[in-house]
Amino acid sequence: MFEIKNLKASLEDEDKQILKGLDLKVGAGEVHAIMGPNGSGKSTMSYVVSGKGGYVVDEGEVLLDGVDLLEMEPDERAAAGLFLAFQYPVEIPGVGNMTFLRTAVNSQRKARGEEELNAAQFLKLVREKAKSLKIDADMLKRPVNVGFSGGEKKRNEILQMAMLEPKMCILDETDSGLDVDAMKLVAEGVNVLRDGKRSFLVITHYQRLLDHIKPDVVHIMADGKIIKSGGPELALEVENHGYAGLLGEVA
Amino acid sequence: MGELQHENATEALLTRHGAPRPASDWAENARRAARARMLALGAAGRRDEYWRYTNPAVLNAPEAPEAEILQLDEAPVFDGFDKLLITFVDGVYQPDLSDDLSGEGLEVSLLDEALDMDIHWAGELFGVLEAKGQHPVPRPFAALNTALAGQGVVIRATGKVSRPVALRYCRSELRSDVLIHHVIRVEAGAELTILENGAGAARLNTCMEVDVAEGGSFHHLRAQGRDHARLANTHIFARLGAESHFKSFTLTVNGALTRNEVVIDINGDNTKASVAGASLGDGDFLHDDTIFITHDAQGCESRQVFKKVLKNGATGVFQGKILVQPDAQKTDGYQISQALLMDDDSNFLAKPELEIYADDVACSHGSTCGAVDENALFYLMSRGVPRSEAQNMMIIAFLDEAIQEIENQAMADDIRSRLIGWAERHSA
Ligand SMILES: Nc1ncnc2c1ncn2[C@@H]1O[C@H](COP(=O)(O)OP(=O)(O)OP(=O)(O)O)[C@@H](O)[C@H]1O
Ligand SMILES: [Mg+2]
Repeated sequence: MFEIKNLKASLEDEDKQILKGLDLKVGAGEVHAIMGPNGSGKSTMSYVVSGKGGYVVDEGEVLLDGVDLLEMEPDERAAAGLFLAFQYPVEIPGVGNMTFLRTAVNSQRKARGEEELNAAQFLKLVREKAKSLKIDADMLKRPVNVGFSGGEKKRNEILQMAMLEPKMCILDETDSGLDVDAMKLVAEGVNVLRDGKRSFLVITHYQRLLDHIKPDVVHIMADGKIIKSGGPELALEVENHGYAGLLGEVA
Repeated sequence: MGELQHENATEALLTRHGAPRPASDWAENARRAARARMLALGAAGRRDEYWRYTNPAVLNAPEAPEAEILQLDEAPVFDGFDKLLITFVDGVYQPDLSDDLSGEGLEVSLLDEALDMDIHWAGELFGVLEAKGQHPVPRPFAALNTALAGQGVVIRATGKVSRPVALRYCRSELRSDVLIHHVIRVEAGAELTILENGAGAARLNTCMEVDVAEGGSFHHLRAQGRDHARLANTHIFARLGAESHFKSFTLTVNGALTRNEVVIDINGDNTKASVAGASLGDGDFLHDDTIFITHDAQGCESRQVFKKVLKNGATGVFQGKILVQPDAQKTDGYQISQALLMDDDSNFLAKPELEIYADDVACSHGSTCGAVDENALFYLMSRGVPRSEAQNMMIIAFLDEAIQEIENQAMADDIRSRLIGWAERHSA
């Protein structure tokens, strides 16, 4: 169970609060979607939850299976089972994708007291997962995200997720920039990871993705808060009528 | 008064090392000429254009500082490679720690022996390339080296030399003050790799004169030891003939002061030259790369790739110049110098220079310094990589462009493993 309780967070450098009392609960095995206008704080929420610098938590808690994540370093949160697929995956020249993946997988295993994968085990696993996401060997050899197309970057995020097998996955606009086929691949990538225990929080602007990844709950976020939650029909309402009506209801 | 003091300082430098074993006339003439050059140039001073960032006082001081000798907890760099090993301890050749001075396609002799014989080609190089390299930038410590060095090797490659010649510089004295001078000739079409490894002295001054004939190929890889308090001022003077290849890479970790000067004259068409370096310093560390590449022929390519990782008040200096003479059309010159500053106390001083007199050339240069990219660091950490390890990955990634200049992949990997070792020992 993943839970955000009354989360308030501000920018470190400016006296500006972005998250203004956010509440959210994702039960084990559930898929929730978050939609909301540009600038409403969706990415900020994902960053604060995963421990990016530059933000100050003013109030609130973030719990994963009852453990407070906010006191932890980002790598500890990852080892505790949190994963964020970035809206804008970062390019890291000079760091090989494979080296990175293997270091990440084994760091987490080490942190959890599990045995590390040897080179052969790792290679077998990564080849298998990469194949299903149509990521070719050449992409794996290149530096992390360097020279990847927008869609390739997003598929690479899903590959990392598949390798790391987190408990709680936050996907920040993983669908944006994907062509129809790539979107299906990504959705499949997510669906095969649905095992009744693993939870997902899918941030998106479009109903399209939710046709492939069926959410249990849809939340609408505006101005740093969840203003409405409902079933999949809420996403359709946004698709058809935009946010104006929903925002009006609240005001 | 000031003049006189300056002259005295120069005289003092010329007496502090003691005289080398007397050699034959031609060599003694070359030494005398170097001495005269030294007196004319005067000692290096802070006012000199290329000594503004690095204070030469400790290099000019009458005595070398006491520099603790680091006991290595790892195999020496290049240990695993087949090579012809030549060992110097405190700057003195050690026959019992060296291999036979012979090899296929190779003529090797010791400097003092060679200077006492009539070796025609050596006479045309010894002190000659160094003297040429004194203009337009004076390099008094190199003249000092030619005037007084008694140790070193004289190597002639006549064919494809399969085994690298490895010069190992060991230390046994805390305050050794050493001059080493090498003279190298790579004949037309010949190939030679020189490895240098070790701190060598509390204060080390090396001078390597390299002449690469048409179609020759010279590779140089150097690791300057890990001793913390040692000082080093090294010089490479290279003259490159047509269609030759020249590559030099230097790894520097630790060292209170290191000044590596490289002077390359590209004299023949379609030649390729690369000088690269990775240096890593933590605390009391100053590393200075002072490079001067002259293009005096057509269709040549030169590369300068220097990367520095600096922390806890370490200083990096880069002074790199590409001079393209009027007839050097189709020159392709590339220069990059970058520093990764791990904190606000460290600093990087760069003086990149392009001087171009030909019109059909492509030259680019860039110099940057900055901290570790926080976004990249967060990305790595968000996947479970602990901060120090993520930081080390970023350090290695940053340095890799310089390492990629190394042609031999196994040796490049050896260097990479040393970088990782350093980063791990010095992670906060
Ligand atoms: N580091 C920052 N510096 C300044 N403003 C910031 C910073 N991070 C976030 N903001 C601001 O906070 C608000 C929320 O941004 P955020 O990226 O979380 O929105 P979002 O809901 O993800 O939008 P989108 O749908 O466009 O991705 C915006 O007004 C943004 O400009
Ligand atoms: Mg966003």
